[in-house]
Amino acid sequence: MGKTSSRDRLSNEINAGSMADIAFLLLIFFLVTTTIAEDKGVLVKLPIWSNEPPPTQKMNTRNVYSVLVNAQNQLLVRGTPMRIDDLKDNTKLFISNPRKEADKAEKPTKAIVSLKNDRGTKYDTYLTVYNELKAAYNELRNEEALKKYGKEFEFLDVEKQRAIRAAIPLVISEAEPTNFGEEG
Amino acid sequence: MSKFEKKRGKASPAISTASLPDIIFMLLFFFMVVTVLRDSELKVAVNTPQATEMTKLEKKSLVNFMFVGKPVLKYRATYGTKPRLQLGDKFAEFSEIPLFLEKHKSKLREKERDKITSSLKVDKDVTMGIVTDIKIALRKAGQLKVNYSAKKRAS
Repeated sequence: MGKTSSRDRLSNEINAGSMADIAFLLLIFFLVTTTIAEDKGVLVKLPIWSNEPPPTQKMNTRNVYSVLVNAQNQLLVRGTPMRIDDLKDNTKLFISNPRKEADKAEKPTKAIVSLKNDRGTKYDTYLTVYNELKAAYNELRNEEALKKYGKEFEFLDVEKQRAIRAAIPLVISEAEPTNFGEEG
Repeated sequence: MSKFEKKRGKASPAISTASLPDIIFMLLFFFMVVTVLRDSELKVAVNTPQATEMTKLEKKSLVNFMFVGKPVLKYRATYGTKPRLQLGDKFAEFSEIPLFLEKHKSKLREKERDKITSSLKVDKDVTMGIVTDIKIALRKAGQLKVNYSAKKRAS
């Protein structure tokens, strides 16, 4: 006690040492928040560009799931109109084909989702459609992971993830867009 | 112990820490300013659509950003209201995309170059025509990893 009183007598300044701590706290707060505000988005791998037209492959029509989006942002799936809300469930049914129907994919590895849009399609619609298709694949992979390993896909180790990716490959093929509805 | 007390007793006070907060505040302001500056000024209005199946962009140095949208009010007089592409901090044509990608690539080490992702920040009301043209330019330039920037949708 005697010590402190003697110190007080020597310097009458307010102890500003804690100011540094407050400033540090603020500094760390800003450092953390600026890194947290990360960018997220739908990751897509584009095909390699080639000048030659792609080789025409004979595909069994039952394995192709064609999705068309027109300039009025309407969906045509395998020749019939569909709402975007129903797209994911129908795509899942097509790929997994649980009842072995004759008009759906033979097996997931053979399934191809073909997406074609117009130059006048709204980007919002396009991304929503792409997102639904990707969601269908992701959900199927998740279901497969739960069934096989009892864990969700993202928590599996790399090798098991690869096995499931091989069993359900993500094939979304994008065709050259049509040009009917683009505003000049 | 007595040694220390003696010294202090001789009226030579401890080093003042009063300037420490100032130094830290300076650092703080530096970081605050720098983090704002790093993002290029947006000359186009971008309101990204919503999605659920999203991937995080891991390293910011490996990402190049492209913005597509209508020019903001300030630039409407000179650039009109048609959606335009912005690379870095200025308006650009599609023909400038390869150079833009190359410039970004040259800043990176050889090993990292195949991990580059292009982040497309596209306004949701833009039509696909302009996006398709950008996609073709990217494919021609060999930049195949693309991330369509989006907001999280509550499902």
